[in-house]
Amino acid sequence: MVKRLVVGAHYGLRDWLAQRATATYMALYTIVFAFAALTLPKMDYAHWSALFSGGLMRFLTFLFFMSLAYHAWVGVRDIWMDYVKPLGLRLALHLVTLFLLVGYAGWAAKILWRL
Amino acid sequence: MTRVVQFRIYRYDPDKDQKPYMQDISVELEPTDKKLLQALVRVKAKDDSLSFRRSCREGVCGSDAMNINGKNGLACLTDIDSLAQPIVLRPLPGLPVIRDLIVDMTQFFKQYHSITPYLINDDPPPERERLQTPEEREELNGVYECILCACCSTSCPSFWWNPDKFVGPAGLLNAYRFIADTRDTATNQRLDDLNDPYRLFRCHTIMNCVDVCPKHLNPTKAIGKIKELMVSRAV
Repeated sequence: MVKRLVVGAHYGLRDWLAQRATATYMALYTIVFAFAALTLPKMDYAHWSALFSGGLMRFLTFLFFMSLAYHAWVGVRDIWMDYVKPLGLRLALHLVTLFLLVGYAGWAAKILWRL
Repeated sequence: MTRVVQFRIYRYDPDKDQKPYMQDISVELEPTDKKLLQALVRVKAKDDSLSFRRSCREGVCGSDAMNINGKNGLACLTDIDSLAQPIVLRPLPGLPVIRDLIVDMTQFFKQYHSITPYLINDDPPPERERLQTPEEREELNGVYECILCACCSTSCPSFWWNPDKFVGPAGLLNAYRFIADTRDTATNQRLDDLNDPYRLFRCHTIMNCVDVCPKHLNPTKAIGKIKELMVSRAV
């Protein structure tokens, strides 16, 4: 088969924008989280657990992990695209990355709602 | 007082050499020799087997782009006195070497051609020229001056990794030159063509291109403007 070079997958802008949006959200969350953690009356399990028992904090934290997963997806996928040339191996690595990140996000949710 | 300049030059002749090597050579300069290219011409007079490209010798043709002490630049615009010795000269990185300091620019020009570097306008031509306001014309300043020397694209790691898929800073600067041109009517097609994870978005804004451009142009800024237009079109 003649190997033809093709480009034109139309998701460049979407992922670029998403990477910036998720980065901004993570930066803002870090400030909110640092403030909330540092102003805890006492750094022990009870206070820590109370901090995350609020619905808003759970929601914001879950959003942080979702952002982290999407952000990492774009970044890690770019690394595979740059350095792994065989198509089959690259696709396999994409899938492994995807499954891992979805798994991590689910795991994070489980931990958050268990606290 | 005679000035002697020490050189360390990358040499490779595929017909004779098994692999590339660095040649140490020194030349005496005349007082009128100011630019690196003038010194290189003297090296060539001493050892005529040395090959490099040059033409206009005044920074317009872009032929004598090379890696000078680790940084891409034009030999004809580089002051000899500004360089630490021995002056290490290598071909532009990332492109196949044809011989000595001459590289094969095919891939670079393929990317340039891929952005349709000409004005597209299917409207019936006016009786005289297609006019622009001074503001519209102003937008082309800083983008139309590219001489395609390839200093920027060959200093870009994204271009090194994906020279076949990433357009590279020179091509993208020229893409913006036509996207910004109010006389061009193919803006949407041009933006569609670049909305790809490789063609435009392989740029990670490390700005090596801006650092080396001998014409002091700013491809990163042009790339940013293309992204801005894509966002304004999408949201």
